[in-house]
Amino acid sequence: MPAAAAEERAPAESEISMSNKATRQAFGEALAALGESHKDIVVLDADLSKSTKSELFARKFPDRFFEMGIAEANMLGTAAGLALSGKVPFCCSFAAFVTGRYDQIRISVAYSEANVKIVGTHAGVAIGDDGYSQQGLEDIALMRALPTMTVVQPADDLETAAAVKWLAEHEGPVFLRLTRQNVPRVHAEGYQFQFGKVDTLREGTDAVIFASGGTVAPALEAAAALEKEGISLRVVNVHTIKPLDVEGVVAAVQASGNLAISAEDHTVIGGLGGAIAEALSANHPARLLRIRVQDVFGESGSPEDLLAKHGLDAAGIARQVRAFVRG
Amino acid sequence: MHPATTSRHADPALVARLEEIAGRMRVDIIEMLARAGSGHPGGSLSVIDMVTALYFHVLKHDPKNPGWAERDRFVLSKGHAVPAVYAVMAEAGYIAKEELATLRQLGSRLQGHPVASFVHAPGVEANTGSLGQGLSVAQGMALAAKLDGASWRTYCILGDGEMQEGQIWEALMSAPKFRLDNLTAILDYNKGQIDGPTNEVMNLEPLEEKLAAFNWHVIRIDGHDIGQFLDAIEEARATTGKPTFIIADTVKGKGVSFMEGRIEWHGAAPNAEQTKQALAELARR
Repeated sequence: MPAAAAEERAPAESEISMSNKATRQAFGEALAALGESHKDIVVLDADLSKSTKSELFARKFPDRFFEMGIAEANMLGTAAGLALSGKVPFCCSFAAFVTGRYDQIRISVAYSEANVKIVGTHAGVAIGDDGYSQQGLEDIALMRALPTMTVVQPADDLETAAAVKWLAEHEGPVFLRLTRQNVPRVHAEGYQFQFGKVDTLREGTDAVIFASGGTVAPALEAAAALEKEGISLRVVNVHTIKPLDVEGVVAAVQASGNLAISAEDHTVIGGLGGAIAEALSANHPARLLRIRVQDVFGESGSPEDLLAKHGLDAAGIARQVRAFVRG
Repeated sequence: MHPATTSRHADPALVARLEEIAGRMRVDIIEMLARAGSGHPGGSLSVIDMVTALYFHVLKHDPKNPGWAERDRFVLSKGHAVPAVYAVMAEAGYIAKEELATLRQLGSRLQGHPVASFVHAPGVEANTGSLGQGLSVAQGMALAAKLDGASWRTYCILGDGEMQEGQIWEALMSAPKFRLDNLTAILDYNKGQIDGPTNEVMNLEPLEEKLAAFNWHVIRIDGHDIGQFLDAIEEARATTGKPTFIIADTVKGKGVSFMEGRIEWHGAAPNAEQTKQALAELARR
């Protein structure tokens, strides 16, 4: 599947100015560090270790790294067998490719109760130029639909490192969704990752925006801009998309004028917005604006242009929130 | 059941004992499927001689300690043949014989295809049933044993129809790369699948040449000749540096005359009259 030649090029200037570290990079570093104390961790990749950053682990622990070639189905099954024999496998590829092997995840991983950590990098249209085939856009929906599957999407390097440690010590299948692009740090040093709990990054009373992964920083930026216009926007980071912290979501909506917004680099069906919609409709009906990629395919373009096109940059988020709150 | 073993090495008394057990397992399979009213007699009967030999001679396992970490692993990739595994599990003492009557019923642990959750034991090591996945899982187990320097071995039984899945060929490519000489794949080559004869639906041949080209140690046997099977297992154990693939030629529905070689018995349970006839035949063997 991979056609990732573009990976090796230097990051564009715009990406550097956007931020400091991609969550895939933070993942690779955290995993390599964790390998020291967690001897049961093994890592598999399907010819994308330079892109998923699993190569950082591979260099340090070559005997516990398995290069599976461009064969994701076999990689997932092999990971399941390793897990059923006591290992803690991290199975890495682009989110689009690895979740595309759905039947293997469904039967060999989830249904078999195999303790496999599925790592999908290159989330969303934010990967840019490579276009739709490489963009994970329906992956959250697919993974959420599986019983026992946990879905985690960290927002910055600190949260990624904490989440990777949690994954390694948690028994059960997990899908970890990571960005290709650099993202700014939104947490302070010493941040405590609380699995299954929403993470309030900014207080606000007029509305609440639930963001995850690469959209957390632009949501914060939008909130800062809106404050100058007199709109008080609460910003909640949802790192654990499944199981969703329903109580935390409802409390945030109640505290924010019963106006809810979700923002994610994923299609409209079944992602974070879908999860929030399900939670609210069943527990606390409230108006919900879903800022997301429409029910369409992605395409080539610069990350900035694509995020702007889909209204997922700070300006786009601010524009949509403004209309929603004032509308 | 077979007049004489063609084995070069296996003890005739051992082979005779395993044949006797396999005969009784066939009865259990027919009774199980008849009660359930659905299931897969063709592939269960074609594989039962080898499953019996695995359970009662080849595999290192302990019914009193199902999750024993040092047990040999056995992944039934062709999950639809799981009645064969349930039969030997009951015979070995993992489950009560009476539980066989619950096959495919609501609330039963004996699901229509294998589930690993009810007891960790050979044959139900992983959930299978969506074909083509078991060899990869078995490969992961074999890799884990290598990492731990453990002596337990991994066996995987495949169906010929599922050899058409691309994932099988991914695993066939990767296991030799990892030099998994502790992994043995066994093909229950019964020549039939739901839509017809395997060589018409999607021909696998020339199979030996393909597998050898993928760098497996290849052995071809009669899968109903337990002596030959035990010899092949010994040969696999003695083979170093590469995994072994045993192509076992078998007959779908083996042991019940009206089922033998007939595609329609792939996934249909016998009715009362057919059950009576099948059991009478098996009693005479």
